[in-house]
Amino acid sequence: MSTATEVEPSTPQGGRVLKNSLTAGQLPSWARWASIGGSLVLSAIILLIAGWSWAGWIVLAAVLYLISYTVWTYVVEGARHGQDALWSSLVWLAFLVALVPLVSIIWTVISVGGPTLVHPGFLTSSMDGITGVQDRATMNEGAPLAGGIVHALVGSLMITLMATIISVPIGLLTSIWLVEYAHGGWFSRTIVFLVDVMTGIPSIVAGLFAAGIMMTFFEWGNGGVSGGQQIMGFTAALALSVLMIPVVVRATEEMLRVVPNELREASYALGIRKWRTIFRVVIPTAISGITSGVTLAIARVVGETAPILVTAGVASSVNWNLFNGWMMTLPVYIYRQLMEPTAPASPDPSTARAWGAALMLIIVVMLLNLLARLIAARFSPKTSGR
Amino acid sequence: MSEATVTPSSGLSSGGVAGRFGDRFFAGLTLAAGILIFVVLAVVSLFLIIESLPAITASPDQLSTGTSFWRYVGPLVVGTLITSFIALLVATPIAVGVALFISHYAPVRISKGVGYVIDLLAAIPSVIFGAWGFTLFGPALMPGYKWLNENLGFIPIFGEPSATGRTLLTASLVLAVMILPIITSQCREIFVQTPNLHQEAALALGTTKWDMIRAAVFPFARNGIVSAIMLGLGRALGETMAVTLVLSRGQLTANLIGVGNNTIPAEIALNFPEAFGMRQSELIAAGLVLFVITLLVNMLARWVVSRYSEFSGAN
Repeated sequence: MSTATEVEPSTPQGGRVLKNSLTAGQLPSWARWASIGGSLVLSAIILLIAGWSWAGWIVLAAVLYLISYTVWTYVVEGARHGQDALWSSLVWLAFLVALVPLVSIIWTVISVGGPTLVHPGFLTSSMDGITGVQDRATMNEGAPLAGGIVHALVGSLMITLMATIISVPIGLLTSIWLVEYAHGGWFSRTIVFLVDVMTGIPSIVAGLFAAGIMMTFFEWGNGGVSGGQQIMGFTAALALSVLMIPVVVRATEEMLRVVPNELREASYALGIRKWRTIFRVVIPTAISGITSGVTLAIARVVGETAPILVTAGVASSVNWNLFNGWMMTLPVYIYRQLMEPTAPASPDPSTARAWGAALMLIIVVMLLNLLARLIAARFSPKTSGR
Repeated sequence: MSEATVTPSSGLSSGGVAGRFGDRFFAGLTLAAGILIFVVLAVVSLFLIIESLPAITASPDQLSTGTSFWRYVGPLVVGTLITSFIALLVATPIAVGVALFISHYAPVRISKGVGYVIDLLAAIPSVIFGAWGFTLFGPALMPGYKWLNENLGFIPIFGEPSATGRTLLTASLVLAVMILPIITSQCREIFVQTPNLHQEAALALGTTKWDMIRAAVFPFARNGIVSAIMLGLGRALGETMAVTLVLSRGQLTANLIGVGNNTIPAEIALNFPEAFGMRQSELIAAGLVLFVITLLVNMLARWVVSRYSEFSGAN
């Protein structure tokens, strides 16, 4: 027995026989690539005869590959492996299909929005005084693109800031109560359930709610007439808070729960009060996770359009006041420029501005996401030392 | 009790009164935040119900549409459900495929990167999806719609194609792209939790990878997949901007590739800014209907998840 195992690998024939017996009845390793290449060529030939289209070429090649590779495997390796080949090809295909819209969107936003975004004055001017006249001049006489997004940037900044100021304390305190004080009673279960429900509120319903509440408030204050005073940045911030609070509660709760109980017990053992333990031990330990959760929540609400459309209206000039007057935000700006171009007959300048704003919005959202990841990675509690 | 045993001069009890107050105050404060959430949700529901009562109880001639409220909201509900249903139909197989790709098929080195890329898709604001569908994706689909109409025109859903590509089917496909990352990330989380022993046992019996997935991964993840689909549905039902931008609205029609159909969120977003009086009440009532539908879907999803967490062997 032992002599056989010693001898067999050393003899060249033994090695060759071993290899052949293991790979017999299997497709060679180049079969997949041959199948892909063959499908691409065959598809190109068919479409050159029937009429060329790039999309058709890829789709037909994918179908040909699925058929050819599956049948080939089926014939050489048997039914089970044929099925396996089909499904693994389909899974790869699903991934490639999912990439198409992502690449398409990113490419469109960068290639169309890029030139507008770097256009001088786009980031520093508002739409104040911009009418169809300027846009027609841009389109027909080649005048430089007029107007910009500074009012939308200011609006987005102020409204998101206000929403954060409202929702972070509420969300943080609620999750502290859930983790540190509640002991699985009926009320804490109710709160957990309600937070779940809040996560599912459609954004437009949150907008309706904020708009309606503020309108009722002003009607009550002014004796039955709201006079449109409720359309202001603060109302939009309220709507965004409804969307943001559950996200903050969820993220914070998760982070507080992973703080080891030994830390709390060590603190209690030193005679420290519970609330000081929470402030000095629990929160500092979880702060990186909490911060990154809050940043992700901000990234989510900064892109919300519908609730702002029904609460803050639209504006064309800079408004720093959250409590008076209509306000513009970046998403609403994109929406308005696309749906109601400044010059309806020559919409190209408006479309260009919309894509410029879209690129700005994507940059903001991506930076926030990146920031969240960095915070989570850099300031996470040190796990070493045990 | 413990204070009584400590001598008055001790530092522990001198800060005791303030400390006790701090403890009580802070506990009360956190509880108040919890109650506030309770109150906010109660107010949201109450407000929606009270504000929509006039529209629901009004006679047809009092309403702006001249028909009863249910007749007004009915087509919108159908439009919303059809759009979300098609989006789910398209997104689910691809999303499950991508999740499988990340958890089982992708080379280990790139699978984490792929996960990030899918999360990136989830981070793109909905208005940008809408703008993309409006300017690029819709027009790009037009030849396909024309072909469908010419070859399959005898089926009612492939009627006269739209001239702009801004149709219900386009809106559904854009929604499918938007809910794809949600379903994918949920499924991926479940797939990677599949007990390794189950998978190795299946492979040791000589199964192929796909047989192993069918025998070990899918049975384990079935409830998780269902709840992921429900969460995606909840998102698709409430999505506003993509549909508002992409869909060229009109009457309810069976033709998916022509002008027509509408959804509740799009109807509200388009009309609420200019609405007042009874019209506003109608729109808020429509919002209430949407709220109830999404609530039911989400609760169903949570229920499935809770059943799943009770019976899975993962924890």
